[in-house]
Amino acid sequence: MDTAVTAKKKWWSGGHSPFNVSYGKLMMWYFLLSDAFTFGALLISYGTIRFMSTSWPNPNDVFRSFPGLGDRHVPMGFVSLMTFILIMSSVTMVLAVHAGHQRRQKDVVKWMVWTIIGGIAFLSCQAWEWHHLWSEHAWWGKNPFPNADGTVATTNFTNFFFTITGFHGLHVTSGVVLNIVILSNVLKGTYENRGHYEMVEKVGLYWHFVDLVWVFVFTCFYLL
Amino acid sequence: MSNTHTDAGQDVHVADSSTKTIWRTFWILLGITVFEILIALAHMQFHWPKLPVNSLFIILTIVKAFFIVAEFMHLGHEIKNLIMTVLMPLLLFVWFIIAFLADGDSWKNMRKDLAPGTYKAPEKAQVVTEGEGHHE
Repeated sequence: MDTAVTAKKKWWSGGHSPFNVSYGKLMMWYFLLSDAFTFGALLISYGTIRFMSTSWPNPNDVFRSFPGLGDRHVPMGFVSLMTFILIMSSVTMVLAVHAGHQRRQKDVVKWMVWTIIGGIAFLSCQAWEWHHLWSEHAWWGKNPFPNADGTVATTNFTNFFFTITGFHGLHVTSGVVLNIVILSNVLKGTYENRGHYEMVEKVGLYWHFVDLVWVFVFTCFYLL
Repeated sequence: MSNTHTDAGQDVHVADSSTKTIWRTFWILLGITVFEILIALAHMQFHWPKLPVNSLFIILTIVKAFFIVAEFMHLGHEIKNLIMTVLMPLLLFVWFIIAFLADGDSWKNMRKDLAPGTYKAPEKAQVVTEGEGHHE
């Protein structure tokens, strides 16, 4: 071994991964990059149409209900809860990955269970939001909400909202399913036998991506 | 670093230093989100000018994204070239965003300027009274 001169590692000369990560993890990163482009394209088309419009519904006039509070106006309330739930589930996912690095199987199980619960809670909230809007006669092709300047709005608002939050919801759902599958493997001891919990890390990346997309969706639809 | 399978207390002590970073990142994300919500609520009240408020939201969102990707997804601790292969396309993406928003804006102005006389003002929406017959 070179001790006199520290030889710079030849990353691209073969024998090891040039980025020092496993193939599976690297491919997950590039899949997430491609998925980021898909969501990005959807959000950009939303932005373009919105910039092209002379007026647009005010989100605080549309999203102001809270389950259980009837007709009370609570702008920003429910979506804040949903954002908090998803951030929390991201934290529990990181803790699961962290426990995996230290081979603490029971803690991996615990934190993954919390992550799955968080995911299901978020989906339930989104389902309530969708149902509530639908009961107010909003849907693809139907928009009862007027523009901020008082004029009749097009259906662009609801079309984009349901499409993009729906696509995101699909990702959350698939994330929950993947997490359940990986959780059952953790319980079976598959990763103990394998010697590492990298699979938990990989689904963790997917889960964080889902959270990341929500951060942008939250900003575009509810803040801007 | 003992590997005795004692209960949670021992394990938490072993894990403490890096779980601290995790929780620290959580508090940062939560703090930024709460701040954004407060700004949004205040903006509803005081009607600040839109451009600085929206710019603030966008900047804060990017800060949150940075923390999620760098810390939660651990990209900040990976090899620099890997970080670059993810970051460079996303920077090109920023160009994509700016270009298309500018496009939309120009589109709106062209509709107004290039077809004089044909611009039809959008009709006023019927004022919908609250809670008319819609159950909950």
